[in-house]
Amino acid sequence: MTETRRLLKNLGARLSSGARDAVSRKQMPIVPPDNVAGRAMVLVIAIMTFLSCLTLGAVTLVRDTAATWQTQIAREATIQIKPEEGLDMTAALAQARDIAASYSGVLDASIVDAQATARLLEPWLGTGLDIDSLPVPRLVIVTIDPLSRPDFAGMRAELQETVANATLDDHRTWVDRLVAMARTTVTIGMSALVLMLSATALTVIFATRGAMAGNGHIIEVLHFVGAEAPFIASQFRRHFLLAGMKGAAAGGIGAILVFIGFYWWSSRNMATPEADQATALFGNFAIGPSGYIGVGAIVIVIAVLTAATTHVTVLSYLKSVDSTHPDSM
Amino acid sequence: MGPEILRDVSFHLPERSFQFLSGPSGAGKTTLLRLLFMSLKPTRGLITIFGKDRSAITRTELPLLRRNIGVVFQDFRLLDHLTTYENVALPLRVRGREEATYRSDVIELLKWVGLGERMHVLPPILSGGEKQRAAIARALIEQPRILLADEPTGNVDPQLARRLLRLLIELNRLGTAVVIATHDLGLMDQVDARRMVLSGGRLEIYD
Repeated sequence: MTETRRLLKNLGARLSSGARDAVSRKQMPIVPPDNVAGRAMVLVIAIMTFLSCLTLGAVTLVRDTAATWQTQIAREATIQIKPEEGLDMTAALAQARDIAASYSGVLDASIVDAQATARLLEPWLGTGLDIDSLPVPRLVIVTIDPLSRPDFAGMRAELQETVANATLDDHRTWVDRLVAMARTTVTIGMSALVLMLSATALTVIFATRGAMAGNGHIIEVLHFVGAEAPFIASQFRRHFLLAGMKGAAAGGIGAILVFIGFYWWSSRNMATPEADQATALFGNFAIGPSGYIGVGAIVIVIAVLTAATTHVTVLSYLKSVDSTHPDSM
Repeated sequence: MGPEILRDVSFHLPERSFQFLSGPSGAGKTTLLRLLFMSLKPTRGLITIFGKDRSAITRTELPLLRRNIGVVFQDFRLLDHLTTYENVALPLRVRGREEATYRSDVIELLKWVGLGERMHVLPPILSGGEKQRAAIARALIEQPRILLADEPTGNVDPQLARRLLRLLIELNRLGTAVVIATHDLGLMDQVDARRMVLSGGRLEIYD
């Protein structure tokens, strides 16, 4: 260049300081920062990330809630004593409680008193109920140490032998059903998540390729001015990684805001019938740390996927540019 | 495979040579330039570029060899989102050079081709002639060993065409081999140079 430079200098080309200042502005990126296809890609990535994160959140919620239900139910057993003519209910309840409490693995045994029983029946029989005038079965709640469960078979046999009309329900049937249901729900949720992530990956690939197609002329020009394939790929990869991160972060933040919104709603409406119903089903609507880590992981995976797709697309485009563009000059 | 465009074509482009490539439209001028630029592989025959067999040049070597070749495309191939200055500086930028090391060279060249006042303008605003000059400046910026120009004066007035031709001649004197594809007889008459005429897929050379 020195010779050309000298030539040009000889030809009288002189610079004005104004022109120098003007060109020292920051150069435009080789890949244009924004176009319609790029914006559409960011939007598609944001929506897909949002949906993936919601699916992940729902799976986390169901899994955690099912685990809580299971632990709660497994922590209790119930002794039921049916009333009978001539049965001293108070004595029978006390006896049943004592028998249960005598077993190791039982943390507590307490009688559901007449008032609590009346409250339990209130939704069906109304208020002001005289519980003693009705043949209502009475309950003893046995709290169990879930780590060392008592000998239920022995307790059941002793109760049947000692206390008339007493039956022991260790909730085994419920727990088994619940475990099966929770497993099914989590499996369905995980399958939905896998499908969602696959759809996201494919959408990202198509959106990236679509956005790349509009930049084919840039790749061609770079190629013709002697840019090496890794340089061209790195320009596009950087651009699309940024776009992917922007979209994925927007989707992830959107999902987190929805989680926080639900949490806020459920804590604000605590003790109202709607919230109680929701809490009974889903716990306290809180997505645990694993959920938030999952959201972060999805955002990163999607951004990396976008960059990787771009890299592969650029390289395959470069491979074809020499042979498939008959009008490229 | 399409029709055979060039047949039994054999020639040598010496270092520092200057030649016109002419012939009617569709004679294969662009195809021949593409073969020289290595953006097309011959279906048969042998091409040796800078002492290397074209068929043995790998994909990795290609960009490095292309850095010795300046090309002026018929349709300019300027990037619309980059200013004239950035377009002309592009070959230097892709070589990883810092802007400070080439800024003055690019500005000088732009001023010389008459684009000093248009260096911060985007190509869509430029006239056909200005785009042509920007494309020529981009091809010249690294003083290539060979310059291939496809109708480089096709979009400019005769006065500017003469000026651009003088620039190409100066470049040739500094050691760059020049091939100008054109069917502008007026342009060819201005220089006593080798003429390569394509017709019916065959090449005649008039030294």
